[in-house]
Amino acid sequence: MPNATTILDARAMGRTLRRMAEEIVELNEGTDHLIIVGIQRRGVQLADRIVKIIEERDGVDIPRGALDITLYRDDLQTVGPRPVVGPTDLTWNLEGKRVVIVDDVLYTGRTVRAALDELADFGRPSRIALAVLVDRGGRELPIRADIVGKTITVAPEDRVDVLVNELDGRDAVVVVRRDAAEATR
Amino acid sequence: MTSALGKDLLALEPLTPEQIRLILDTAEPFKEISERAIKKVPALRGKTIVNLFFESSTRTRISFEFAEKRLSADTVNVASVGSSVQKGETLVDTARNLEAMRIDMVVIRHGASGAARFLADRIESNVINAGDGTHEHPTQGLLDILTLRDHFGDLAGRRICIVGDVLHSRVARSNIWGLKKLGAEVAVCGPKSLLPWGIDEFGVKVFKRVEEAIEWAEALNVLRLQLERMQAGYIPSLREYNRVFGITHERLDRAPRDILILHPGPMNRGVEIDSDVADGPHSVILNQVTNGVAVRMAVLYLLAGGRPELAESAKASAPGAER
Repeated sequence: MPNATTILDARAMGRTLRRMAEEIVELNEGTDHLIIVGIQRRGVQLADRIVKIIEERDGVDIPRGALDITLYRDDLQTVGPRPVVGPTDLTWNLEGKRVVIVDDVLYTGRTVRAALDELADFGRPSRIALAVLVDRGGRELPIRADIVGKTITVAPEDRVDVLVNELDGRDAVVVVRRDAAEATR
Repeated sequence: MTSALGKDLLALEPLTPEQIRLILDTAEPFKEISERAIKKVPALRGKTIVNLFFESSTRTRISFEFAEKRLSADTVNVASVGSSVQKGETLVDTARNLEAMRIDMVVIRHGASGAARFLADRIESNVINAGDGTHEHPTQGLLDILTLRDHFGDLAGRRICIVGDVLHSRVARSNIWGLKKLGAEVAVCGPKSLLPWGIDEFGVKVFKRVEEAIEWAEALNVLRLQLERMQAGYIPSLREYNRVFGITHERLDRAPRDILILHPGPMNRGVEIDSDVADGPHSVILNQVTNGVAVRMAVLYLLAGGRPELAESAKASAPGAER
């Protein structure tokens, strides 16, 4: 049986998202031309939370979008879990905008690579930044996040699950460790 | 490696309701791609697809070609006219020669029922049936079903009637199989000479009069009257057909409810359907065309990769799925 360790509970996750929201505004020197784009699936809910925090604090409307990168993946041919394609919702003109991509976990960097390719097909933002709730290391591409909620080090066979209330019934970040028997299988 | 649908898409008859739903659900996000400024995603980059059309077609061929190009596949169109087919090359030789040039998929339309299966059994590439004789036209059936689902949501218990030349219609057969698998009630209506013998064995209702069909149905899928049938003596005249079976404004006005109108095209205005119905507020004929591209993108995408059990587990979309 895999055992799970909670590394952020609901309150800690709320605090982390508030800090990330602050850093996003700081990085972009305000909220002008800012667009926040969540990556399907749980990046979308996190982006919603961050947008809400900024809107409530600064009394502005922040445009937000959702990106499904399934069709831009580089591993359609490899045998692996192939996610069902989710909706992409980017009705904004990205020309000259400051886009912040929000995802739940940064791991190999391949999702971000795909997201950058997809965004390029929607226009030419003046700058694209990356904000992730958890950076778990293990990059396979030269990609880094501009804003990180929490950095952790876990073994490759471990799984980092971000749970959001909207989809999972509660907010938490959980590391699921596989025991030795399962890991060596 | 087989996909969630197997190697080929030849017919809706052998598919499970889950497979049909998977195609329809996958088609949903593909609708949005055609609304983008850059209508292209790289999912099938590097795949080569041959559109092998032994019968004339505008809508289906163009729809497939758009679907292929919007997924970034490379495409080649082969029509029987002007190709070695005219010199008497057999279907299987044509396909084997194409395959020797290293292709990945074949989309085939052919006048003989079973041609797609014949080909699929003999070549390694994925085969998609774009209409074979009077057998099936699965992607047309799927796009009709997607259009109905857009309007009704769940199709269980919905009453859909197929009107016209059911005898020669591969569209009717794909519709009947697909709709019944999703739990809809299906009826057919047409002159006795244009209904296949033993049609009730499909498990459909049969209406002899179009007025009864209109009384019963929530949606009508009006089939094209293939004009060559008149010469063959199936119907007395086009005017007679329109008078008895034509879907007219006057007939629909007497219906107890609004009826959704579908037509697979090309339409014979004034024969099986009147212009004011085809262009009327309850017509979804152009939605069908739009949905056709999305459905074909979904089929191409699903055949290109993935395994059924994985597609299923991905659907559950557990947190921590591969990122």
